Amino acid sequence: MSNAPIDIGRRKFLTTTTAVVGGIGMAATAVPFLKSWSPSAKAKAAGAPVEVDISKIELGQLIRVEWRGKPVWLVRRSDETVKSLQDTDDRLRDPSSEEAQQPSYATNATRSIKPQFLIAVGICTHLGCSPTYLPDSFSEQVEGVPSGFFCPCHGSKFDMAGRVYENVPAPLNLVIPPHYYVNDNTVMIGVEKGETS
Amino acid sequence: MSGFLDWVEERIPLMKTYNKHVGQYPAPKNFNFWYYFGSLAMLVLVNQLLTGFWLTMNYVPTAEGAFASIEYIMRDVEYGWLLRYMHSSGASAFFIVVYLHMTRALLYGSYKKPRELLWIFGVIIFLVLMAEAFMGYLLPWGQMSYWGAQVIISLFGAIPIIGDDLTLWIRGDYVVSGVTLTRFFALHVAVLPLVICLLVFLHIVALHEVGSNNPDGVDIKQNKDENGWPVDAIRFHPYYTVKDLVGVAGFLFLFCYVIFFAPEGGGYFLEKPNFEAANPLKTPEHIAPVWYFTAFYAMLRAVPDKLGGVIVMFGAILILFFLPWIDRCQVKSIRYRHWYHKLNLAQFGVSFVILSILGALPATSLTTIMSQLFTLLYFAFFMALWWYSPIEKTKPVPERVIYK
Repeated sequence: MSNAPIDIGRRKFLTTTTAVVGGIGMAATAVPFLKSWSPSAKAKAAGAPVEVDISKIELGQLIRVEWRGKPVWLVRRSDETVKSLQDTDDRLRDPSSEEAQQPSYATNATRSIKPQFLIAVGICTHLGCSPTYLPDSFSEQVEGVPSGFFCPCHGSKFDMAGRVYENVPAPLNLVIPPHYYVNDNTVMIGVEKGETS
Repeated sequence: MSGFLDWVEERIPLMKTYNKHVGQYPAPKNFNFWYYFGSLAMLVLVNQLLTGFWLTMNYVPTAEGAFASIEYIMRDVEYGWLLRYMHSSGASAFFIVVYLHMTRALLYGSYKKPRELLWIFGVIIFLVLMAEAFMGYLLPWGQMSYWGAQVIISLFGAIPIIGDDLTLWIRGDYVVSGVTLTRFFALHVAVLPLVICLLVFLHIVALHEVGSNNPDGVDIKQNKDENGWPVDAIRFHPYYTVKDLVGVAGFLFLFCYVIFFAPEGGGYFLEKPNFEAANPLKTPEHIAPVWYFTAFYAMLRAVPDKLGGVIVMFGAILILFFLPWIDRCQVKSIRYRHWYHKLNLAQFGVSFVILSILGALPATSLTTIMSQLFTLLYFAFFMALWWYSPIEKTKPVPERVIYK
């Protein structure tokens, strides 16, 4: 052992650099632990697009399909329903769909590609419950509107274009998933036209 | 025998630790009924650990197998029903005991200097316990497990910018799925129990460092005899070990009644929709969390804004951390504080109970208005306390503890 006087500055430098390098190493070690919580390749693969036959949906009927484990609704709207959509604009939070809850091709008055079909993710934008479709008894919730969606969890209400009413907990309109029509009877949900999944 | 103990003692402080924490621990002689709940919380913790370990031996943590494995435990495993009911009722018992334990701290000012850290460890235990209970409730994979988890995880989606990615990361899938189930299982049976045990250890170390408070809020260390023993203290063992045993007997009497005669707790300990397997495509008519979360759930629903509701709900818990500094009154025990403090504390307790009831009911315009009112009163407790506590007119605190 040498008896040279202790160089405090040098000791401090070495302590700090060691601590910094060690700290970076520990932070890097955290990466696999944190990343392992992200969706796995299997979960991502299960999120593949779904093909739906829409030729057998009757007027006013709602069918559910599963995409990425979520319920996706397909509702056939009557011309009357489509026409009456604009009547309630003043009672909606976002009547002209300004929030990015839908692809650009569904940013229109009916929030759809074809006005007679509503295609929406059936999950309330409040806390993720699945609202109930009330084809005839919605007027109990909103006066003068015969059909719509009512969330049993916290009472959020949506119209027949999945637009949220004012004064309910849900902040946003229902999500319109990416989709396109393969032909008149078939729609592909979960993918944009021309996009490979 | 004593030779062997001496041999051990020279190598590890066995008797020394026992005497510090049990044998020679000086506890105030005037503990009352409220002081049962600390030791009872430990008893329930042991119950949860033991029955929990045993349940893992037959439980299958997969989306396909979970629900069926619970039924298997209930019907086919010998005494499986008992272990399962001890565990599920134990969760509710844990919160009853912890809420009463916290009430005691509020009554007698046990959160005040020098016990601030003790209180903070306690609030952290409460928070981790809530996470533990929430994750445990997903495991049976019933309808309420599933949709309850869906709702609670979605709360994090309210956080601006990172919200959506955060919920995806927590779930590990686009919806609550088997992936979420297995990670919650790992957290519920391994990670969080370890954290809770560590925190309980720290809680007790902090308690025994500063010494127990008492119903009079008198500092018994101010008055010591010639041996340095506080004159108002008695040894923890045998005096309080025996007293706590009486509490254990009383507790077990009630606990066994629940396990054997009302294990579902009238639909509040085990909710009815949970007897149906999870169905991601169908939400139950009415989603309510288990009773011990309903007060906070009522606060969440009271605010007509998603982010605002989440902030209020978490704020209701976080504000507890600051209680030792919000209450600036020098007097600890409610016995010597002004009547308006008693009134304020009473309204706080009543508000919490009413919020708990409101949170279990379906949302109507009446329950929403009432939730808003009582959420305000919940926070008003802290604001009023901050305002009046420095100028509060208190009664004289006695030098020595009083038997009541």
